[in-house]
Amino acid sequence: MSETPVEGILAGQRRAIARAISLVENDGAEAQDLLATLHPHTGRAHIVGVTGPPGSGKSTLVNALALHFRRESEPSFQEAGSTRIAPKIGIIAVDPTSPFSGGAFLGDRIRMRDLAGDTGIFIRSMASRGNLGGLAWATADAVKVLDAAGFDLIIVETVGAGQAEVDIARTAHTTVVVEVPGLGDDVQAIKAGILEIADVFAVNKADLEGADHAVMALRMMLDLDTAVTQRTMHHGRLMEVIARNTGTMELTTSSSLIPPAPSGTAQDGPVTSWHPPIQKTVATRREGIAELADAILAHRDYLQHSGHLARRERERAAAELETIIQQESLRRVLACTRGPQLREVVGRVVQREVDPYTAAQQLLASIDLADREGQT
Amino acid sequence: MTEKTIRVLVAKPGLDGHDRGAKVIARALRDAGMEVVYTGIRQTPEMIAEAALQEDVDVIGMSILSGAHMALFPKVIDLLKEYGMDDVLIVAGGIIPDEDVPALEALGIQGIFGPGTTTDRIVEFIREHVR
Repeated sequence: MSETPVEGILAGQRRAIARAISLVENDGAEAQDLLATLHPHTGRAHIVGVTGPPGSGKSTLVNALALHFRRESEPSFQEAGSTRIAPKIGIIAVDPTSPFSGGAFLGDRIRMRDLAGDTGIFIRSMASRGNLGGLAWATADAVKVLDAAGFDLIIVETVGAGQAEVDIARTAHTTVVVEVPGLGDDVQAIKAGILEIADVFAVNKADLEGADHAVMALRMMLDLDTAVTQRTMHHGRLMEVIARNTGTMELTTSSSLIPPAPSGTAQDGPVTSWHPPIQKTVATRREGIAELADAILAHRDYLQHSGHLARRERERAAAELETIIQQESLRRVLACTRGPQLREVVGRVVQREVDPYTAAQQLLASIDLADREGQT
Repeated sequence: MTEKTIRVLVAKPGLDGHDRGAKVIARALRDAGMEVVYTGIRQTPEMIAEAALQEDVDVIGMSILSGAHMALFPKVIDLLKEYGMDDVLIVAGGIIPDEDVPALEALGIQGIFGPGTTTDRIVEFIREHVR
């Protein structure tokens, strides 16, 4: 225990990692210092997001994926060569915070009991603490702690997501969207939002009636993008024109949904496009899990070989910076507008003496120059 | 930003599957503004200590109705010590005979709550004793 917290984290000490995540969750200057020290040690892990509606089986799927990666994965996570080293896996599972009490019931570990006792796995439950995008504010920072601690694969499970909780795409390299049969017709699949952020689809509970229909609805949605090239909003950003080669990644309803290796394609050379594969799974029976894991690894390889990884890292960094600036600005603004001034303005809005837009502008104008330190 | 949120692990060691009580407690703690990690039934001492370590909880609440508390609780406490988590508040509930209470308290289980305890009392106890 003579090590400093940072040394403990870098050495992969579980107590140090756990305490560091608490620190970043509770924010503050100490957390910022820690993250600053850890930053140079991050960037090695592959980050996988798992999102989907409540009850779609995300936790069970994460449990099955982690088991698979620990036991059966190829040695592709370590450059060591022939010796197979199972990847170390960090899991962050986010559940919602009650808007009324501020408390939370974090139940994702219930589905992950198979992972207990494996020292190569670290599971942390997080409450969303008021953030609405499907993650907690501190999730990205907790990912950094795990990354610096040497976890090769970090799986982030979001809050049960509806249509618009898309923050995960800014945090993860590979986003897995979990669907289940019977949620809606193909009109749902055309809607904007969560379906657009998928790098890989899992249709879980595929033993239920309607699984093929769900797969078909997703495929139709994907195939609507028939153009050879297109612009895509990917991970919250407008990506450049991407050549789409539907032949390369076209998948069938059979269980062999592994995208072909880059070298096996007709034109040879690196894959330059990605067509999100759709994998049927029954997580409770571990069916389709190997194929899903392969699809995740294939996407990782695609990102590396196509050069998209570097670009996505830039996007991630930019998005993160933006978020920090937003939060910090908000904190400073609120610090100066809280109190009697705000109460007075709220009263005037209620009395219809002023509209909220004008009031907000006036409030902001009044603090613009006054506040530099974020203190009242 | 705000005062630190209390994190609690609610665990059911041993082989009994009666988790209604544990769920009621978990719900009450949630409604009291705490973050409750619930791990489900049939947890070994190793699983409980490991979860407490990874989740960095401030409090562990164990519920047991099988009668195996004198065998399982000491193991959990030993493991927590091994992990350097001796500052965690440990409370217990379920069916624990009065004659076992002194021994469990000597082990470091600070609050033992039997049937009929109000959830308010448990919330209050945790708030008062958490470090």
